[in-house]
Amino acid sequence: MGTQSITEELERLSADVWSDPAAPTTLPPRPAPHAPPAHRRTLKKFSRADALTMGGAFVSALATTLLIFGRLTPLEGRLGFVVVLFATYVVTYAVLVALTDNGPAVIDRVMTVLLTSSAVVALAALFSVVLFVLWRGRAALMNTNFFVQDLSVTGPLDPLDKGGISHAIVGTLIMTLIALVITVPLGVACSVYLTESSGRATGLVRTVVTAMTALPSILAGLFIFATWILILGFERSGIAASIAMSIMMLPIIIRAADVVLRLVPGNLREASAALGAPKWRTVWHVVLPTARSGLTTSVILGVARGVGETAPILLTAGFTSTMNLNPTKDPMVSLPLAAFELVRSPQPAQVARGFATAAVLMILVLVLFTIARIVGGRPAGQLSKRQERRTVTTSTKDAERMRSLPAALVKEHSNV
Amino acid sequence: MDVLTQEALTTVPQVAPAAPGSVQQRHLNTRLGRGDRFFFRGVSASGLFVLSIMVAVGVFLAIQAAQALEATGFSFLTTAEWQPDSGNFGIAAVMSGTILIALVAGVVALPIALGTALFITEVAPTWLRASLIALVDLMAAVPSVVYGLWGLFLLQGEVIGVSRWINAWFGWLPFFDVARADPNSPLSSASVYTASTFIAGLVVAMMVMPISCVVMREVFSQVPVGEREGAFALGSTRWGMIRVVALPFGRGGIIGGTMLGLGRALGETIAVLLIISPRFDINFHLLEAGSNSVSSLIALRTFESSGFGLSALMAAGLALFAVTLVVNFTASWFVARSRSGASSEA
Repeated sequence: MGTQSITEELERLSADVWSDPAAPTTLPPRPAPHAPPAHRRTLKKFSRADALTMGGAFVSALATTLLIFGRLTPLEGRLGFVVVLFATYVVTYAVLVALTDNGPAVIDRVMTVLLTSSAVVALAALFSVVLFVLWRGRAALMNTNFFVQDLSVTGPLDPLDKGGISHAIVGTLIMTLIALVITVPLGVACSVYLTESSGRATGLVRTVVTAMTALPSILAGLFIFATWILILGFERSGIAASIAMSIMMLPIIIRAADVVLRLVPGNLREASAALGAPKWRTVWHVVLPTARSGLTTSVILGVARGVGETAPILLTAGFTSTMNLNPTKDPMVSLPLAAFELVRSPQPAQVARGFATAAVLMILVLVLFTIARIVGGRPAGQLSKRQERRTVTTSTKDAERMRSLPAALVKEHSNV
Repeated sequence: MDVLTQEALTTVPQVAPAAPGSVQQRHLNTRLGRGDRFFFRGVSASGLFVLSIMVAVGVFLAIQAAQALEATGFSFLTTAEWQPDSGNFGIAAVMSGTILIALVAGVVALPIALGTALFITEVAPTWLRASLIALVDLMAAVPSVVYGLWGLFLLQGEVIGVSRWINAWFGWLPFFDVARADPNSPLSSASVYTASTFIAGLVVAMMVMPISCVVMREVFSQVPVGEREGAFALGSTRWGMIRVVALPFGRGGIIGGTMLGLGRALGETIAVLLIISPRFDINFHLLEAGSNSVSSLIALRTFESSGFGLSALMAAGLALFAVTLVVNFTASWFVARSRSGASSEA
């Protein structure tokens, strides 16, 4: 309907203006209006001609590449083939577009192809990483014993239906749990300090925390190794690894939580203050619940980073192939470290176990990440369906409680 | 019903005039209650505790490193070997290796990150955008050991052909020269191309690409709609709009994001450790087997060092930390200074 009806409307309006003798503005005489164009302009961004150009360019590029690769030059390798194919494709496509379009349009088309292909490269890398690790680990992942046994009695030459990485899974869980116990209260309290208090050191703390996000993870491990293990004399254990992990995770959690808390609308704080709540009640009952989803996300992102860290664990946890449930004593191994040690073995079975371990770790991180996306997808103060229902229930209950109070009591209260 | 009549639309409450003398200034104070004082003390304590831990890490490394730095002095920066027990050690080889790996990663990651960010904000259809953003974020969350495995077992085999090709055609450039390689002989061993700075750099590039991409995308999504539409209204093509509006607007984010990625690349340990075979000379030949990095040196040597050797490792770590710190602060300075003012949440 668009173009035509608007044209008609315009014509009607201009006709009115012309026919009015008292019109204060003299319009220059206009040539008789042409008939509106019979066909509508296509606004589609991708036409059939485009598709044909692209397809033709691809076929031509494929043929040229086969020629270059097979006959003319001593090239080899799949990756090289793809690179040459891509370069030829871009050139051919540019030439084909130049047949019909002018300079800027050709550049636009070529750049669109380049932008699209860089995104494709990024996604291809991601998928190839994920699928390759799953594929190489599939043989070990198929066996249930892989998840319930440890490697204490399994040698490198044993087949894949013996031994597993339950010790590494448990180790990762224990270390992460301890790191969470350390980082969550400390991280949240520190970000509350940064956003809610007007302490003099907030600027300094924020700068130093930002600087610590740059700390190479191996240095966190080296620090704990030198202090906790060499100077204080503790042995390499799960708790040492957890502390190293916490040093890595703290700056990440604090920075993310700082941003989230600053997004809590100020009028909520003011409303709470206006109702007479002291600061700590405002923070505890208003600010933190409002930012809950964002805080959860920042913690999960910190955990995802901490779980995947290998370097600090390498220096602090030691390596073992037996199950160890005690984080304060004896070495304890985590998933990334187990993967790292296993693939360095020359035995194919060990390498397959290493890949499967990496796959388990990857799946763990992906799950954590998905949870973070689901929980943290909404901005501060926006409730999910379930939270909304819960809030409604609580406030209904409150209202009922108020109503059931004896009238005298209410009066007495309101007089205070 | 009275209320609804014309003149009574607004009802002003009747306020009795205060009796003279009864007006009393209310006593206002800003002193915090007991609960609040307790609360603020606790919160400040945790803030200062975090501060002291973070400062302790830096100060401790510096104190421990001092012993080694005093022993070598300036030659710490120029010596390539690493034999702390005979007093002959320095970071020339490991630091140059670290920086070269990070540079290769940066050069490879920059165009891909920029292209992906522009694709997401400008080219991709709206329905695709959210999932693309999630996938790039996901890529940033994949653990580094997974990238290391992928690089060692899949990418290396594929890249050797490319390495050989680059060496054959561009071997006259000093960076691409490979000693002991004969590109013209089809029987020459591929092992001269394995475990090189180039391959390690490629793997690290895949790890840091999403980090840079996130920052760039954030900046591009803040390009003012008015300027964008203005360019289109003047007849610009999409690329023309990107060139004159989006890229200048996001320059700070592009530089900042790239440097943030570089900062991460400098500190990467496990992926590099899996791929390179360590060597202790300054090696500018990117395609040649063998490279080194500070973090992999620390990972390899910590257990076999004691006392002075550990102090030497701390000194190397401190140098690495100093470089990363400079890179990261420069990055956040660029991001903060850019017109968009987008913060770098990495």
